[in-house]
Amino acid sequence: MKILVTAKRVEDPESKIKVKPDGSGIVQEGLKYKINPFDEIGVEEGLRLVAKHQGEVVVVSIGGKEVQEQLRHALAMGAHRAVWVNHTGPLDQFGIAALLQKVTEKEKPDLVILGKQSIDDDQNQVGQYLAEFLDWGQATFASKVESMESEQEKNKVPAVTLTADGKAVRVIREVDNGLATLECQLPAVVTTDLRLNTPRYASLPGIMKAKSKPIEELTPEKLGVDVTPKIQIVKLASPPARKAGIKVPDVATLVDKLRNEAKVV
Amino acid sequence: MPIVLIVAEQQPDGHLRKASLNAITAGKQLADKAGAELHIALIGKDPAKVADELKGTGAKAVHVGAAPELEHYLAETYAPVLATLATELKADFVGMASTAQGKDLLPRLAARLKAAMATDVTGLNGSGGDITFNRPMWAGNVFAEVKLTTPVKVFTVRATEFAAAGSGEGAAEVKTFTPKVEASKTKFVEFKEVKSARPELTEAKVVISGGRGTKGDFKEIEALADELGAAVGASRAVCDAGWVPNDLQVGQTGKVVAPALYVAAGISGAIQHLAGMKSSKTIVAINKDAEAPIFQVADYGIVADLFKVLPELRAELHKLK
Ligand SMILES: Cc1cc2nc3c(=O)[nH]c(=O)nc-3n(C[C@H](O)[C@H](O)[C@H](O)COP(=O)(O)OP(=O)(O)OC[C@H]3O[C@@H](n4cnc5c(N)ncnc54)[C@H](O)[C@@H]3O)c2cc1C
Repeated sequence: MKILVTAKRVEDPESKIKVKPDGSGIVQEGLKYKINPFDEIGVEEGLRLVAKHQGEVVVVSIGGKEVQEQLRHALAMGAHRAVWVNHTGPLDQFGIAALLQKVTEKEKPDLVILGKQSIDDDQNQVGQYLAEFLDWGQATFASKVESMESEQEKNKVPAVTLTADGKAVRVIREVDNGLATLECQLPAVVTTDLRLNTPRYASLPGIMKAKSKPIEELTPEKLGVDVTPKIQIVKLASPPARKAGIKVPDVATLVDKLRNEAKVV
Repeated sequence: MPIVLIVAEQQPDGHLRKASLNAITAGKQLADKAGAELHIALIGKDPAKVADELKGTGAKAVHVGAAPELEHYLAETYAPVLATLATELKADFVGMASTAQGKDLLPRLAARLKAAMATDVTGLNGSGGDITFNRPMWAGNVFAEVKLTTPVKVFTVRATEFAAAGSGEGAAEVKTFTPKVEASKTKFVEFKEVKSARPELTEAKVVISGGRGTKGDFKEIEALADELGAAVGASRAVCDAGWVPNDLQVGQTGKVVAPALYVAAGISGAIQHLAGMKSSKTIVAINKDAEAPIFQVADYGIVADLFKVLPELRAELHKLK
């Protein structure tokens, strides 16, 4: 099985994000960067599938040379090789999907696994755009029935499973009011939800090995994609702050406040 | 005249998903600003019954497409049908509520329409041909005003930011059509519904949420919820551990709620959790740790053991009845 996974570089989810006073962007100083947590889950699922069925995990990231850090992270987890689409400057979900379409057509994987959303833009679009551009099936928000504490999870059993004839994948999806199961003919696009797996830590030998794994460099020009954004950010603003509340000493006071001040009970 | 097309959603049980009504309100606001006409689309195996509920929401027309192949929702069968409808209507804007289905379907539909898309829209600005959308980024720590530059513009609506459309506004014309359904590379296998007698999390007036501090014991959370006719919510930690269904996760990557009263018990208040409940009218936090960040957004905080506070609170509230 050949699996293409994505590794977007995003701000550490623990960071405090602040908007610049002129609304033109966020304050970069002091921020740490990581692989998008949902993409990391995608890398893990790819590794589990390949451990079971043999094959190769190829990781792709789009951005300036700093995204090589995220590619190395995925390689240290166990991905086999990397593709870096060298691009600086604005890029929207349409452009990202168009670039990934070209990389996919070049790599011809059986499966593309992406995070359902990246925790900076929170758009939740790229996998679906990509599936439509490729005219492939899609299974978004991949999850599983077993918990993160289950035996399956401890044994790193992939939650995305191949059907008996090996021609399709079976995916359990987190949807409103329950879990939906789909079977997608391969090749297909899968996007990950939080409870698909817990990504492994990169081992020390893994980190050493990653240093010599190949990273192929591409550009939007080489791929023949015009990435002029179709989404323009006019300005950024901080959300209105909630006014500070109070601590109450006991339940009686709480109930009194809820009844007579907030008038909600 | 420009056209705003809002896609309404039918639940697997055949009922209208309520968030559709909030999306229709957003569509109405957009139509007012853009000088456009509001239309509604509804497709499925048997959408006719639901179409009646949409007639009085203030739209010009409700386009109803029924086909047996649309019984189980699939992005791959729904997107082409809606794209054809949007193209025939010459829709300028296509929107839907930011439900699981909306999030799965609209980007695929947007790709088909070669349109850019804004997810989780919380507000609209501008007029005529110059419309911008407000939407959250970075777990709601930032709100962006964005402009979509493609001819067709696609968006999903954060339901908590728009009131539900009523049913007494005019009578939309119901136009039925027969969708041509394409063969799909994806097959629906099953839907396992998590049934609950409690109100829907995203629709409830009161939500009682538990975090890791419950250690998986949700009895007191549920008892208080039942006392108040409330929905139960949870933090990621709780869903990951398998203590409650995933569907109850509130936050950046789960459900967004804005009830009149939100009670967070044993939840630390990570930004990803706050992203899903910060717009609640009144927030109560119960936490043993006086430094927990949840207290920064709580109107009323109580520093104590939740296993002591919750039963007491339930007893006190019961007395009020
Ligand atoms: C990509 C990503 C997406 C995420 N999305 C979400 C999301 O959508 N929703 C979400 O909730 N989280 C999300 N998270 C996780 C989030 O960062 C936190 O880890 C999570 O919210 C913590 O859950 P918690 O508050 O229940 O647990 P903890 O942070 O462990 O807090 C438990 C709290 O319980 C208190 N406590 C313990 N015992 C008691 C007691 N007996 N009585 C009273 N208080 C007690 C403790 O003082 C503590 O404050 C996401 C994280 C990432 C990286």
